Amino acid sequence: MNYFDKDLASLHADLVAKKMSAKELTEETFANIKATDPQIDAFLNLNEDAALTQATKIDEQGINADQPLAGIPVGLKDNIVTNGLTTTAASKMLENFKPVYDATVTEKLANAQMITVGKTNMDEFAMGGSTENSAFKTTKNAWDHTKVPGGSSGGSAAAVASGQVPVALGSDTGGSIRQPAAFNGVVGIKPTYGRVSRWGLIAFGSSLDQIGPMTRGVKDNATVLSAIAGHDEHDLTSSTQAVPDFAADLNDATSVKGMRIGLPKEFLAEGVNDDVKQAILAAADTYRQLGATVDEVSLPHNKYGVAAYYIIASSEASSNLQRFDGIRYGYRADDVQNLEDVYVKSRSEGFGEEVKRRIMLGTFSLSAGFYDAYFLKAAKVRTVIINDFKAVLKDHDFIMGPVAPTTAFGIGDEIKDPITMYMNDVLTIPVNLAGLPGLSLPAGFSNSLPVGMQLIGRPFDESTLYKAGYAFEQNTDFHLQVPTLGGQN
Amino acid sequence: MANRINREQVQHVAGLAKLEFTDAELDAFTPQLDDIIGMFETLSEVDTEGVDVTSNVSDQLNVMREDVADNWGQSSALLHNAPDAARGFVKVPAIIDESEDND
Repeated sequence: MNYFDKDLASLHADLVAKKMSAKELTEETFANIKATDPQIDAFLNLNEDAALTQATKIDEQGINADQPLAGIPVGLKDNIVTNGLTTTAASKMLENFKPVYDATVTEKLANAQMITVGKTNMDEFAMGGSTENSAFKTTKNAWDHTKVPGGSSGGSAAAVASGQVPVALGSDTGGSIRQPAAFNGVVGIKPTYGRVSRWGLIAFGSSLDQIGPMTRGVKDNATVLSAIAGHDEHDLTSSTQAVPDFAADLNDATSVKGMRIGLPKEFLAEGVNDDVKQAILAAADTYRQLGATVDEVSLPHNKYGVAAYYIIASSEASSNLQRFDGIRYGYRADDVQNLEDVYVKSRSEGFGEEVKRRIMLGTFSLSAGFYDAYFLKAAKVRTVIINDFKAVLKDHDFIMGPVAPTTAFGIGDEIKDPITMYMNDVLTIPVNLAGLPGLSLPAGFSNSLPVGMQLIGRPFDESTLYKAGYAFEQNTDFHLQVPTLGGQN
Repeated sequence: MANRINREQVQHVAGLAKLEFTDAELDAFTPQLDDIIGMFETLSEVDTEGVDVTSNVSDQLNVMREDVADNWGQSSALLHNAPDAARGFVKVPAIIDESEDND
C-alpha cells in the first residue's frame, strides 16, 4: 500500500479499530518501498527485521487510543543516529558506521511507538541542495524522475511524496527540509532553533542545524513535531520552552482572519521564477479572502544571507568534521606510513568533493589573517539579518514567500556550479541564521512540478505557522495532488 | 580571475584542514574557491559599524549537569567501529615515521 490517501489520524483509527495490525501495515510498507524504490532511490538502508519485531510487539501490547503515532512507519534521514542500524550521513567516511546509541529524536519516536523503516538518502553530511552529493545513490524527484528531489533531505522528501512512508524526519541547516519539501510537494518544517534536540544529529553547522518532520499534510506535521520537540539535557541549546500540542489547535480553516502577514518584496525579486511568483501572489490572495491582511514589507539585507551563511556554516563544519580522522571510527586509508598519513589520506579519500570544498572555505574563513574580514564580518551581518526579521515580525504575525526561486531542476544541471547551487538557498538561509521557524507547504504547480510556499514565524511560534498552513491547505487542493509512479496512480 | 586566493594559499589551507589535493584538483578548486570568496566579499557592502556578532541563537545559557557516567560498558561495540583494533585498543600505524629511519 501507499500513503497517498491516508493521514495519521485515519491510520491511527484503522489500527485502533484493528482493521489492520501494525505488523500488516509494516509489511505492506516494506512491500511498497521495495516495489517503488528502484525508481526513486529514496532509501539507503532498510530496517526490516527490527521493524517487524517492533510492530509485532506493539500489536501484542495493543494500540493505545491515546498514542496517535503507535505502529506508524517513519523514515529517518541518514544523519540521525540509530543504535545498531548503519548510519552513514551518505558519506564513504561512515559507510560501515554502526552507532552505539539513539539520537534523542530516534528515542522519542520509539517512545511514541513509531516504527523506523529505514534511513533516507541525503547530500553527504547534509551539504548540498539536490541530494546529488550522496556518496551512494541519486534520489529522484517523485514527480519527475529526471529532476532532483532537492536537498539535503531529498530522500526523506521523495519517500513521503512517493507514498512510501507517511512521515520522515529531515534536518535543515540552510533550507535542507524546506527546499526538498517544496520540490516534492510535501509539508516540511524547520523548527525554531532549540525546539528539537540535536543530540545524535551528525553535526554540520551547530548554530544552524535543526531536525524537523516531513509529511503529506500540515496536521500530520504538527502531530510529529509535538512528539519530537522539547528540552533535552544532552543538548544544551535545546529550549526549556513548553511544547504545545500543535495539532490540537488545527480545526478552524479560517483562523487566519485578522492576522497580519508580511510579504517581503525581496522574496519576489529578480531570480525568482515567474510561475513561483504567481503562485505566491495567488496564495496572498487566498489569505486576503480568508480575512488576513497581506502587506508588502522589506528584508533589505536578505541577499547577504547566502554569503554570511557559507562563511558561518562552512566554518562550523570545518570544526565539526575534524573528528573524522580515521582513528576511532569511520574510513581509514590503506597504504599509510605514519599517523599524519592516516589523517590526511583518510580525510582526502573519505570525504566527497562538496564536503572538502566546505571544509576548505571554513578553514580559510577562520585562518589567521582572514578571520576578521570573513568570519567576524559574517557573524555581524547575521545580527543585521536578525534585526531585519525582528522589525517585520514586530507587527506581523508571520512572513510569507516562496521556498526556492525555482521548481526542481534537472539531475546533473547544477552540480558542477557551486555558486549557482548555493544561490538556490537565498530564501531559506536567512531563517536559519535568525533561528526562526519556517514551514514549507504546497502552493501550486509549474510545468507539472510542485511550487512550495514558505511561512516564517516568531521564535517558538510554530503554532501560528501551522494554523496559517492548515487554513491555506483546507482552502486549496494542491496537497491532494499525487505524482504518477510506475503506473500506480 | 581576481586572485583573491592563489594556488599556494589553497595548498596552505588544505594543510591546515588535513586534506591533500592532486594537481588537477588544485587546478579546478583554486578558481572555484576564488569565485566563492568573491561572493563572500559582497558582505563589505553591509555597514556593521557598532554591530555585535551573533555566534548562536539559542535561548539557553550555561546549562550545567552532574558529570555522571552512563551508557557505559560498550567497548566492544565501540571498537567494532574502529578501522583496526586489538586486545581492547584502537590500533594505529607507527606514530614515528619509520621510513625516515631507513634513509
